[in-house]
Amino acid sequence: MNSHLTGPTEGEKVGFVDGSLLIIEASLRTGANVFVGYPITPSNLLYFYAKKSFPITLAAPDEITTIQWMAGFSLRGYLPITATSFPGFALMVEGINMAYMMELPMVIILVQRLGPSTGSATCGAQGDLLLLQGVISGGYPLPVLCLSNLTDCWALTSEAIKVAYKLRTPVVLLTSKEMVMTQQTIKISSLITIKRIKKSSPSTLKNYSPYNRNKNYIPNFLPVGNDEIQTRFTASTHNAQGLIATSNEEGFRNTRLIFKKITHNLKYYTYYEYVEPTSPFLLLLSYGVTAQAVREAKIMLAKEKIEVGMLIVKTLTPTPDDYFEIIKKYQKIVIVEENITQQYQKILFGNKEEDKIHCVGRIGGLISPTKVVEKVKELWNS
Amino acid sequence: MEFLNTKKLPYCKGCGHHLVAYNTVKALKESRFKVLDIVLVTDIGCHGIIDKCFNTHTVHGLHGRAIALGMGIAFTLPRRKRVIVFVGDGGVTLGISHLLEGGRLNLPMTVIVHNNMLYGMTGGQASGFTPCGFKTTTTKEGNTLLPYDLYKISKEIGIPYFTRILGYGDFSHKLIPALKTEGFSLVEVVEVCPSYGLKLNPTMKLKKIAQEITTKIERKPFTLKKIHPTPGYSFLTPIVKPSLVSSYSFFKLLISGSAGQGIQRGTSLLGEIGVRYGFYVSKKGKYPVTVGVGFSVGELIFSKEEIKFTGIDTPDGIIITSKEGWEQVEGEVEKMRKGVIVIEKKLLPLMPSINRGVRIYPFTAKDHNTVLINGVKEFLSRVKLFPSNAWLSLVKHRNFCST
Repeated sequence: MNSHLTGPTEGEKVGFVDGSLLIIEASLRTGANVFVGYPITPSNLLYFYAKKSFPITLAAPDEITTIQWMAGFSLRGYLPITATSFPGFALMVEGINMAYMMELPMVIILVQRLGPSTGSATCGAQGDLLLLQGVISGGYPLPVLCLSNLTDCWALTSEAIKVAYKLRTPVVLLTSKEMVMTQQTIKISSLITIKRIKKSSPSTLKNYSPYNRNKNYIPNFLPVGNDEIQTRFTASTHNAQGLIATSNEEGFRNTRLIFKKITHNLKYYTYYEYVEPTSPFLLLLSYGVTAQAVREAKIMLAKEKIEVGMLIVKTLTPTPDDYFEIIKKYQKIVIVEENITQQYQKILFGNKEEDKIHCVGRIGGLISPTKVVEKVKELWNS
Repeated sequence: MEFLNTKKLPYCKGCGHHLVAYNTVKALKESRFKVLDIVLVTDIGCHGIIDKCFNTHTVHGLHGRAIALGMGIAFTLPRRKRVIVFVGDGGVTLGISHLLEGGRLNLPMTVIVHNNMLYGMTGGQASGFTPCGFKTTTTKEGNTLLPYDLYKISKEIGIPYFTRILGYGDFSHKLIPALKTEGFSLVEVVEVCPSYGLKLNPTMKLKKIAQEITTKIERKPFTLKKIHPTPGYSFLTPIVKPSLVSSYSFFKLLISGSAGQGIQRGTSLLGEIGVRYGFYVSKKGKYPVTVGVGFSVGELIFSKEEIKFTGIDTPDGIIITSKEGWEQVEGEVEKMRKGVIVIEKKLLPLMPSINRGVRIYPFTAKDHNTVLINGVKEFLSRVKLFPSNAWLSLVKHRNFCST
C-alpha cells in the first residue's frame, strides 16, 4: 500500500464522466445554442446529452441536411454545433466548404473511428487528419482543434466555439471514440470557469456590406432577415457585397482575405502543451487520445532517468510556427499516433523521410505507454 | 445449396428482422430462384449484419445508399437474376431520393424495408418513419411528426408493386409477387425493435401503428421546442466514504460477458462506487455494433493517483460471466502472472492451466439478470476494493438488472 496516495478527498467536488458530457456542457456555457444531430457511432452520446440540455436540438434526416440546417441557423445569428464520425463527415464536406466560403460560425465535433469507409464503428482511431488538412477546396486551412484529455473536453471545446464565433468560420473539434465514451474521474477544480461569448454587432450600418472586414480580416455580420439592412451571402466567389464575382479581382481578393483571416489569426488559437527537458535530445510528439499514453510514458521514462521532451499539439491545422521552433531543438523526434500511415508526420514534414523522425503507430486499439517507452529506449541507446 | 448457412441469425431475441430473413428465403425458394441468382445488397444498420448468414452474393454498402448501389448492379444483372436490397427505416430516411429514382427508372429489383420505426444500432433515435406518438430515445414524450408513408410515395411515383406487411408469422406469400415483379418492387415490413421500441412502448399494437401511418392527421406548422438550460454541473458524484481506505492503490479489472447482461451499465456503476470510495476511476467499453447480441467487455482502472492512460495491458482481475465473455479475454487469462479470476461456475471447464499466482473463484447465478450482480459480489468479497454492500445497495437503488 502506498500510504501517500489518497485519491480525491472527502468534500472535493468530482464527477465520473465521459468526454461527451463535458463537451456538450462546455459548448452550452460558451454560447452554442443549437445542436443538429444525425445518429452515428461513436458520436451518439453527444447527441443524447445535447437533446437533454441544448436550447434547440434538431434531428436531421442526413448529414448533408445537418450542415445546411446549421448554416441556416448560423445565417440567422445562432451558434450551431453537431457531432459525427467519418462517414457522416464525408457527406458534410461540400456543406462545410459552403460555410467556410460564406463565413458562418459552427463547430463540427468529429469523433474518429477505424476506417477506411465504415470500417469498425466501435473502434477508435486517428485517421482523419489528412482529410481535414485538405478538406477545403484550394487547400485553404480549416481550424482543427484536437482534444487530448478530459480537461481539454471542457476548456478546448470552449475555445473551439469562441474561435468559430470570432473568426466566423467552421471549426472542427477532433476527437476519438475513447475520448468521448470513456468515463473518468474529473475534479471540478480542474475545470476552468467558462466565459460566455458576448455577441457583437457592427458599430455602424453606414456603408454596411456583409464582407467588409475589420483589421483582423473578420467580416461584419448581420443576420439574414433583419429589419435594418439587406444582407447577401453566397458560396460562390464573391465581392464585399456578397454578390457573385467569379472572374474578377474583387472576388479573388475576398477569397485571399478569407485565407488571410484564418492564418493571420492563428496566434489567437494556437494551443499546445510542451515540457522541455534540461538537455533537449528526444522529443515525444503526440495529440488527441494518444497523448494520454505519451504523458504516462514520460513519467515511466523519468523513473529510469531518461528525460525526454513532450509536445502535445492541440491546434492541428493550420500548423503554428511554434511547433517547428520546438522541434528544431531536438535530434530525435518520435511521433506517436493511432494510425499506420503517419498522418501528422506528413502534415509536419511531408512525404520525405528524415533520419531524425521516428514513429509509433497502430490501428485497432490504443497505443500503450509501454510501446512508447520501448521505442524511446531503442533510440536513446542507438 | 441452401440460401442460409445457419439457423441462428445475429439479431436480438424477439427482433422482427429474423422473420424478414426467413420469409425472404421461403419466398425465394418458392419462386425457384437459385442461390447464386440473388445479389443481396444491405445497408448499414442491424439488418445489415445478415450478410454472413447468406450463401447468395452479398454486398454490404454505406448507410442510406444500398438502394443506389443495388441500382448500379441491377443495370447489368441478367433478368432471370434479382437484386434484393435490405434496408432499414433509418437508411430510407437518409437515402429516400434513391428510392424515388429506383422507382422512377423502374429497375428490376426488390427493396425490403425493415421498418422498426427507429435507429436501433445507434441507440434508438427517431427516424423519418417514427409514427406519431411513438416513443424513442430522442422523442421520450412521443414523436409529434408524421412519418413517411411508403404507400403514398410508391403510388405517387408509380412503383409497380408495393406492399406493407406486419412482421408476424409467415408472410412469404406477399414477398413472392414482389420478387416476380418485372420491374421495381417495394416491400415495407413493419416490425418492432425489442431493445428500444418495445421497452419504450410496451403497450403498442403493431397493427394499430401500421394503420395509423396512413391516417390523416391535421398538420400544423413546425414549431421549435426550446429548453432552458439549468445552471450548475450535471455530473457531480459525491465522495461518501474516503475514510475507508482500501489496501489497494491501483487495480485493473476486466468484466467480460454478453450483451443483455448489463455489462456496460454495471461496469459504470462499479466505477461510480470506486469514485465514491476515493479512487480515481476510468471506465471503457468494448462491444460489437449491434446492441443486443455478441460480447460485451467493460474495463475499469481504480487508482489513488490520477489516471493518464485508460487502456489495460495486463489486468489484475477478470470477471467472466458468459462463454462469449470468456472468448474475449482468453488471451489475457493466459498472459496473467498473478491476479484474480472470478468465473461463472458452468464456465470452469473452459479454463486452461494457469499461472500459479492466479487465483480462481467460481460463482453461481440463477439467470442472465443476476450473473453480473453475483459476479461482482464474489469479486469484492475476494478483492476488497470497497465493501460489497456498497455494490449491492447501489444496484438496488438504481434498479439495476441486466435488461
